[in-house]
Amino acid sequence: MERQSRGRLLWSLFAQMLLISAFTFGGGFVIVSLMKKRFVDERHWLDEQEMLDMTALAQSCPGAIAVNAAILVGWRVAGLAGMAVCVVGAILPPLVLLCALSVVYAAFRANRWVALFLRGTQAGVAAVILDVALSLGSRVVREREPLRIIIMAAAFAVAILTEVNVVFILLGAALAGVLSVIRRRGRERGT
Amino acid sequence: MRLLELFLAFAQIGLFSVGGGYAAIPLIQEQVVAHHAWLTMSEFTDLVTIAEMTPGPIAVNAATFVGVNVAGIPGALVATLGCITPSLILVSLLSWVYRRYRTLDALQGMLGCLRPAVVALIAAAGLSMLRHALLGSGAEPDVLAGFLFAGALLLLRLRHASPILVMLCCGAAGVLAGLVTGA
Repeated sequence: MERQSRGRLLWSLFAQMLLISAFTFGGGFVIVSLMKKRFVDERHWLDEQEMLDMTALAQSCPGAIAVNAAILVGWRVAGLAGMAVCVVGAILPPLVLLCALSVVYAAFRANRWVALFLRGTQAGVAAVILDVALSLGSRVVREREPLRIIIMAAAFAVAILTEVNVVFILLGAALAGVLSVIRRRGRERGT
Repeated sequence: MRLLELFLAFAQIGLFSVGGGYAAIPLIQEQVVAHHAWLTMSEFTDLVTIAEMTPGPIAVNAATFVGVNVAGIPGALVATLGCITPSLILVSLLSWVYRRYRTLDALQGMLGCLRPAVVALIAAAGLSMLRHALLGSGAEPDVLAGFLFAGALLLLRLRHASPILVMLCCGAAGVLAGLVTGA
């Protein structure tokens, strides 16, 4: 009886996660709010504060936010097995869909109409990426923290002007962040 | 050997993409186009288009797409596994730290400085995609692409149009222009 209900819990965790992942366009934040709706409001598997904490953690960790959130929620609801089914549920839809699409892509890339269509979208997708960068960038400027604005300008200059691996730019920024935290700690202790 | 390379490349992408989907784009470009030359710049731009139009995290979409191209279905599985392995380790570790200390102050201080760099890298990746769209096809700049880019950016900035819709319109305009010029 016990085993059966656990099996059912895992299955339902997997199915919910699969559905959310398969029908969510628009990135990690949308997924997290849908997970809150399903897991907190409807199923009461976690409370709201836990979900907020998990969202903050999922955003702070490297990697896709949706995958990070799936790891945390799965672990919390049903331990290691829960984590496994949640992660598989989250990545299975994009995995299957992209496998199919890459076969289609390889077959149709040479087709004249498909090539024209994709050629047109290249300008559009550049606009989408730069639009995101502009929105995020203006948010950084509005925070009015000189260090962060300097980091943004410096990272941009290095990325545009040199061939340095982007990982080193990120490591440099992380180092600046660690140093600023240490300095702030020191100052708080001093006063 | 190829599978190991795929795993390591996408583990690096997973490890360093902080702050959501778009953060992965410059890292994917670095690994997949610049370092391993698994995709051309055109194919990479197409991949970003496809990833934008389909559900799922961009990094997972990219891992599957590149993995299939390089080494079939096993390639897709290995690349995707590589992409989520750093998450599995770091998320578990950080949630333990968080349960213990109830604060992520130091981490969030570091992220505060990491995010502006991520934004700059996304902008640089966007600019290289733009340069490719304008100049990639040959010696002469692509005037149509220039107009499409300007129109798309205006729609996104001023009307907050849906990215998927904007990309579909650009693609349709490309097909129309091909019909008109008979190119």
